[in-house]
Amino acid sequence: MSQANALMNNTAQTHAWRAVCTREDLVLNSGVVALVGTTQVALFCVASTSGASRLFAVDNRDPVSGVNVIGRGLIGSLAGDLVIASPLYKQHYRLEDGTCLEDAALHLRTWPVRTVGDVVEIDVS
Amino acid sequence: MNTTVASVKDLQTLIVVGNGMVGHHCVEQLIAAGALEGYRIHVFGEEGQRAYDRVHLSEYFGGRDAESLALSDASLYEQPGLTLHLGVPVLEIDRARREVITAKGAFGFDKLVLATGSYPFVPPIEGAEGHSRLVYRTLDDLDTIRAAAANAKRGVVVGGGLLGLEAANALKSLGLEAHVVEFAPRLMPVQLDDLGGAALKARIEALGVGVHLSRATQSISAGEEMRYRMNFAGDEFLETDLIVFSAGIRPQDALARQCELELGPRGGVAIDEHCRTNDADIFAIGECAAWNGSIFGLVAPGYQMARSVAAQLCDLDAEPFFGADMSTKLKLLGVDVGSIGDAHGALTGARSYRYIDEATSTYRRLVVSADGKQVLGAVLVGDNSYYDTLLQYAQNGIKLPADPSSLILPQSEGAPTLGADALPATATICSCHNVSKASICSAIDGGCTDLAGLKACTKAATGCGGCSALLKSVFEHELIARGVAVDKSLCEHFAFTRQELYAFARVENIESFEQMLALHGKGHVGCDICKPVVGSILASCWNKPIMDPSLVPLQDTNDTFMANMQKNGTYSVVPRIPAGEITPDGLIAIGAVAKKYDLYTKITGGQRIDLFGAQLHELPDIWAELIAAGFETGHAYGKSTRTVKSCVGSTWCRYGVQDSVQMAMTIEDRYKGLRSPHKLKFAVSGCTRECAEAQSKDIGVIATENGWNLYVCGNGGMRPRHAELFATDLDDATLIRYIDRVLMFYIRTADKLQRTSVWRESLEGGLDYLKAVVIDDSLGLAAELEEQMQLVVDRYECEWANALKSPEKLKRFRTFVNDKSADPDIHFVKERSQRRPARANELNLIPVAETVR
Repeated sequence: MSQANALMNNTAQTHAWRAVCTREDLVLNSGVVALVGTTQVALFCVASTSGASRLFAVDNRDPVSGVNVIGRGLIGSLAGDLVIASPLYKQHYRLEDGTCLEDAALHLRTWPVRTVGDVVEIDVS
Repeated sequence: MNTTVASVKDLQTLIVVGNGMVGHHCVEQLIAAGALEGYRIHVFGEEGQRAYDRVHLSEYFGGRDAESLALSDASLYEQPGLTLHLGVPVLEIDRARREVITAKGAFGFDKLVLATGSYPFVPPIEGAEGHSRLVYRTLDDLDTIRAAAANAKRGVVVGGGLLGLEAANALKSLGLEAHVVEFAPRLMPVQLDDLGGAALKARIEALGVGVHLSRATQSISAGEEMRYRMNFAGDEFLETDLIVFSAGIRPQDALARQCELELGPRGGVAIDEHCRTNDADIFAIGECAAWNGSIFGLVAPGYQMARSVAAQLCDLDAEPFFGADMSTKLKLLGVDVGSIGDAHGALTGARSYRYIDEATSTYRRLVVSADGKQVLGAVLVGDNSYYDTLLQYAQNGIKLPADPSSLILPQSEGAPTLGADALPATATICSCHNVSKASICSAIDGGCTDLAGLKACTKAATGCGGCSALLKSVFEHELIARGVAVDKSLCEHFAFTRQELYAFARVENIESFEQMLALHGKGHVGCDICKPVVGSILASCWNKPIMDPSLVPLQDTNDTFMANMQKNGTYSVVPRIPAGEITPDGLIAIGAVAKKYDLYTKITGGQRIDLFGAQLHELPDIWAELIAAGFETGHAYGKSTRTVKSCVGSTWCRYGVQDSVQMAMTIEDRYKGLRSPHKLKFAVSGCTRECAEAQSKDIGVIATENGWNLYVCGNGGMRPRHAELFATDLDDATLIRYIDRVLMFYIRTADKLQRTSVWRESLEGGLDYLKAVVIDDSLGLAAELEEQMQLVVDRYECEWANALKSPEKLKRFRTFVNDKSADPDIHFVKERSQRRPARANELNLIPVAETVR
């Protein structure tokens, strides 16, 4: 993998896909948390109308409280955006890009995420 | 600064004598009119309490205390320039020196307002003294009656008028066998006619109150079986342990007599239409005043006078007082009684329509003018739902329909109502505060968009509250007329209220969020508002384990992980301790778990033990150990039944009259796991000393010698509310049946996150409506509510025991799905020998290996 990445270095984008857990570990329409190095990544699996499900990876740390709880929040849809509500003080963050609906100054880091067979990977580049 | 503000030495002194309802209202109006800019105000009250709600005095025995009956916060009287002297009667008025004399000394005045009220008339009867000469007027009187009622079996009220029947109700709520003795041949002779009086008598007798009419008490002597014997004419007698006189009131005009103010022909301080006595600087208002020779013994005319005087003293436009409408709507001993205008048809040519139902003792009389065009008066016994409409017809001279009898005949749709649009702008909606339809409309035009705000800015419906329903209908009608749509949508996904969604779930047997969303919502995800609401509704209806895969994503984090998230992301754990009873072994087991997992331990207000600081991955181990020791989940995380607090009751306590612990356990065992719009707290006290504080709970039960008294819809918290007495002396089975019905009706009709207290206050028809639904089964729902509750009870299982059986469910209880370590960012420090979350400024004091990002 690292070799492949090295070869792609000159193209527009560099990926560093890293396995974090298996599909089995996910909970449909809810969140789980993986430890990636010292970073905590909240993984959400949202069922879509087509029957397939979409994956999102966002920072588990709640920027308001500084506590690692985002993965235990509730998924929702507000004005067309999929959002996660912080379980402590209920701010909503867009799963797509981590922006906060209530306060533009708040933001959750997000990572590209994919599955390869049974393995869930995030791009830590 | 402002030239109209008088400097301190220019201030005049205004003295208000009397701090009853009317005196208090006058002070409120004075403050509102800016009187403190021109006057130093001294208020003298004979009683030790700040002005309280005398209209609802009998509730003092139903659980309300003096403070909750108070008409204002103490802070009202703490403003600079205003001094309240309680327990300081004015002894004399010296008009020449412009002074009032009190035990605290003399106080000079520039203006004086007499609001001394009235006193109960006690006819001179030989032998009437002590407990055979009680009166019913003040809180002190009630304390005396309560003391007299100890060890008493029977109590008699002399006087079958409005206050006499209130007093009989008070005796009844003290557990006495109550009797009413009336001199006239009917009850409430002033307000009712013969047929109305007969209907009221039948209803009151059905409640177990003895009614003795046309009886004049000639003397009182020592009794043979009870303390006293009341001797009537014709050798008749009645024995009793105490006697309360409520044979009318007399104006308290002693001060006026002493300082030689002019009096009315039948007493009372004579006033003109400006409430002025013959001394231009002295006013009199309320029941001590006589206008045109008449005393007005109701609160609304008293308030009218108070408003008028306050306005005059502040140089504002004052409405003169030209008498008052004595129409009245009451609930006496739980019986509706209404009297409007010329109830006796005394005016020339008046004609009457009458409706009599002897089966239910219901009576209605409509008095119309000779030309049949206007309502002159009405009498209602048994059903006051006709009152508001009839009053509007009478007060506003609205032209009668072609068949006037339709206004009092029973209708399949209930009482006829006069649409809010039919009322003229001048129609009085709230007569206590004299609020017209026009002033309500202008408040709405001024930007008032909710009912609470409207009440706050107009004061409508904040007096006796009788006009609440009418106010609401006018308000909603006016909003609609202004094109304001009242949006009751739950969220962007559901254009329905919680109550409507609950009905869908029941009627269409909806068992999943997806079904509900597909049938009645928008989109396919929902949000953090609608998901927990629907989750809670499904749990209330069907009580499926909340850890079922389809239900998990609906719960708020606390329900999902069946523990309460604390500020640092750890959880607290509360095992159920039914009724607060726990064995030493149970205590040791909880202690051992707390010690092993280093959990901060604290006793809760609900007689349980809360264990703080558990991380997600520790929860299953902790619960496995607690369950092995015989504990169940305490549902401290849910909008659901929490605890049933109890005192030790008759088992140990020398005062206890029932086994409150056993009853608390029965209740907790029955309702544990019940999910509801908000949390539910219960308590059971073993006697009237109420050590379990049941009157501050959603459901409170207090033991009596004969069974249990049930209180409903109280709560502590941010806005404390006393629970209200709902039913008395219930046996065990009836008690449980009523609780089943109350709770299921609450679950069915409450809004999301609405505590029972707020729900109860929002119920149109109030406590009586709830009683009708639950006790009289007025909606025919009782059996259904009980069945629904039984289903929830039958399906109960401990959610934690259920989760521990399923490896799939336990998968969720991992701090990290790919690592067994704990959250490295959670730090504790020790305080008072236990650990607690570290504060931000303490973090650098902790030796940590990992970097905090």
